[in-house]
Amino acid sequence: MSETKTLPTEYVSHPGEIKSSLGHTVRTDEMIINMGPQHPSTHGVLRLEIVVDGEIIVDVIPHIGYLHRCFEKHAEHMTNYQQVIPYCDRLDYCAAINEEHSYVLAVERMLKIEVPERVEYIRVIMAELQRIASHLIAVGTFGIDAGAFTPFLYAFHDRELILSLFEMTCGARLLYNYFWIGGLSHDLPPQFVDKAKEFCTYFKPRIKEFNDLLTYNEIFVKRTANVGVLPQDVAINFACSGPMLRGSGVNWDLRRDDPYSVYHKIEWEPKIGKGEMGTVGDVWDRHIVRMREMEESVKIIEQALAALPAGNVQAAIPKRIRPDAGEIYARTETPRGELGFYIISDGSGTPYRVKGRAPAFVNLSVLPEISRGGMIADLVLIAGSVDIVLGQVDR
Amino acid sequence: MEAFQNLGFWGTLLVTIVLSALPLVFVLLYALVTIYLEMKVAAHVQDRVAYMRTGWHGVLQPIADFIKLIQKEDIISVAANKKLFILAPYIVFMGTYGAYAAIPFSSIFIGANIDLGAFFIIGISSLVVVGILMAGWASNNKWSIFGAVRSAAQMISYEIPTALAVLIAVMITGSLNLQEVTKFQAGGIQNWLIFGGPLPLLQKILITPFTLITFLILFVASLAEVNRTPFDLPEAESELVQGFFTEYSGMRWALFYVAEYANMFLVAGVAVALFLGGWESPFGSFLSGPIWGLFWFIIKGMVLVFLQIWLRWTLPRLRVDQLMYTSWKVLTPFLFVCIIAIGLILVL
Amino acid sequence: MTAQEIHDSLKAKFGDAVLDAKLDVMQPWLSIAPDRMKDIAFFLRDDPSMQFDYMMCLSGVDYNDGRLGIVYHLFSMVHRHKIVLKAFCTKENPHVRSVSSVWGTANWHEREVFDMYGITIDEHPDLRRLLMPDDWEGHPLRKDYKVPEFYNGMKVPY
Repeated sequence: MSETKTLPTEYVSHPGEIKSSLGHTVRTDEMIINMGPQHPSTHGVLRLEIVVDGEIIVDVIPHIGYLHRCFEKHAEHMTNYQQVIPYCDRLDYCAAINEEHSYVLAVERMLKIEVPERVEYIRVIMAELQRIASHLIAVGTFGIDAGAFTPFLYAFHDRELILSLFEMTCGARLLYNYFWIGGLSHDLPPQFVDKAKEFCTYFKPRIKEFNDLLTYNEIFVKRTANVGVLPQDVAINFACSGPMLRGSGVNWDLRRDDPYSVYHKIEWEPKIGKGEMGTVGDVWDRHIVRMREMEESVKIIEQALAALPAGNVQAAIPKRIRPDAGEIYARTETPRGELGFYIISDGSGTPYRVKGRAPAFVNLSVLPEISRGGMIADLVLIAGSVDIVLGQVDR
Repeated sequence: MEAFQNLGFWGTLLVTIVLSALPLVFVLLYALVTIYLEMKVAAHVQDRVAYMRTGWHGVLQPIADFIKLIQKEDIISVAANKKLFILAPYIVFMGTYGAYAAIPFSSIFIGANIDLGAFFIIGISSLVVVGILMAGWASNNKWSIFGAVRSAAQMISYEIPTALAVLIAVMITGSLNLQEVTKFQAGGIQNWLIFGGPLPLLQKILITPFTLITFLILFVASLAEVNRTPFDLPEAESELVQGFFTEYSGMRWALFYVAEYANMFLVAGVAVALFLGGWESPFGSFLSGPIWGLFWFIIKGMVLVFLQIWLRWTLPRLRVDQLMYTSWKVLTPFLFVCIIAIGLILVL
Repeated sequence: MTAQEIHDSLKAKFGDAVLDAKLDVMQPWLSIAPDRMKDIAFFLRDDPSMQFDYMMCLSGVDYNDGRLGIVYHLFSMVHRHKIVLKAFCTKENPHVRSVSSVWGTANWHEREVFDMYGITIDEHPDLRRLLMPDDWEGHPLRKDYKVPEFYNGMKVPY
């Protein structure tokens, strides 16, 4: 692969000379170092080309595409709309339910289907369980980035419990294919509601324990406060979304501001970063937003479980899915932010064009802006706080 | 040692070889135990159980690991500087092991009862830095260089607080010989230097807070000296892959590993000898004697090693500038205050 | 602001740069001359009554009739209104002006469009392939794309 053009135009090398104590002249220049594609802290196959001056980062150039699996090309070549859903699962393998939700919502809006109330409630429960599971991975691996290994395993222990709930419902632990257009693949098993309630009661004190172990740890706060500050205007200009945007103090959550499903019937509030430990929009803020969102998700799940109506979850599934010619952009709030699907239909049974607007992709593009001037150790934390899933970045 | 003085040349040689090999046996056995301990402590901290299959509760696992490492292919990358690459792990191990010569394991066993013991340990263990720089440079890998340079900066910075803490112990006991320092603290737990040593009551009460702080600082600085969390920057996995031993594998890697574990006990041993009464029994003359002395010394050392492991699996890691800040702007000034205060109290 | 009002004010300000509009569909869109894209983008972002500060999505499309297009989904965090812009170009002369100086997020999206559709984004600061390897030939999401037999000696179809 020829990489001659990799340095963007704004980066200029700064060669210089210094005199050593023995009288020799020593040439100096920045060092270019490749972090990834195989590196412990890039959360997958991301390659960051870093220009460093000692430990200080002069520039970061992300190279993506190592996990490109032609999602959009595949979607165009399916034989019907339903077949795209398993591919959506694989976009963000840490939050598969949320990806399905967005796609299913887009197609349902094109078909103008009214989905039964029970389906909507189950979707909200599942999406929020998945959000907790995904945030647990995010904060756990963030702990590893900061050098603390133990919180990661605490997080994974709790995530396993959620995955068991999913397994109970649809038989899969990671990639579910659970949401269908107009309905669900299975109804909830009879014991699900009790088990989910049990999980909620168990999980609330665990969040506090996790916070005591990691979030408010003095060293952790020192490492993360005032690091990788993302100002509000930059965040909006780069279209960041999810915890990334809320961490910068923008009170914005699609579940509330562009409502879908039954979120408007449930009482909860988006959490935003307030700069408690340093500047608004620093890495710590993004972390605490995730922690607090998990608490909110538990609230949503508890309310949704209490209000769960009866009904047939497959009543509204259409016999054939053939939307009228037209186009739609539908977006939902996934754990990583705004996931949108832009679907063009030409009136046939297969989508003409499916574009996934992946939040991790968009959030990652702001990485160079917020990591210049930091240290290598900071870059690791900033990349961790963006919470990328390479499956979604590369699609 | 004094018992072996009139043995002639060959006798002396034999005794020297045996005596110098004894700590090696200890280090190897200790490394096996500690690797097992580390895994088990880590697992229990993290809600897991760790090894359970090789032997009872997996006790044979370190041996299995060792056998695996011996069998591994010896990989030296093409672009590496071969000579330095091969030499580096030995230098690191030598630096660590050399320091064991002056560690008083028991009232009758110390490798070399030299009068400058504490000074010798500080000096010889600095050799580790040379080995680490060598490894980082010879690997011809940018991450390794980062690790090596970080390590050198860190070890040199933290040698200042370590040396100052040692100096405080020397000020109170009046000797650099670790055997003498240990004997000074005879008579039970209340006479340990961490509690002010066997001084007159008034002096003891005044001096205790300062010695306590000194011990804590020595422990923190020793964590940095052995590259353990929260100061494990040279081998910070999430940042530098594996730091200076990224390119090493098989037995060479194992040598670094053993050296690291040996280093852990070394710094623990120094702290024990200086502040925790060395091989002296905590109950005065009860349970004391050469064999009990060995037992007490190892137990005290292992408690500190356990503390190191415990911290490692609990805390996140500091950043480079924070690491330097801690050394130069926190630990060192505190120790200066302690030195002045203890000096004044001692002339009281 | 409704799509109709946005259309009218754009028409008043830029005249013939607004080529076409379809306002009676679920998500109304305006078609913009590709070489005027940047000026209109600046206006849409900075005008106090518009304030489209948030670009939701930017997608390339191959319409399979000789036209390629870029679709811009815009949203205003202040006024909470949406609009869709489209810039069409021909396959023979695929050029659209970059909006990455207006919305930072457009940078990577435009690189992706260049990568997948071969639309040259004029004035883009760093126009390289994004997802495909740098020496890949062709633009995979075009409807007339043929999968190559070999890439660097490796067989491609599996």
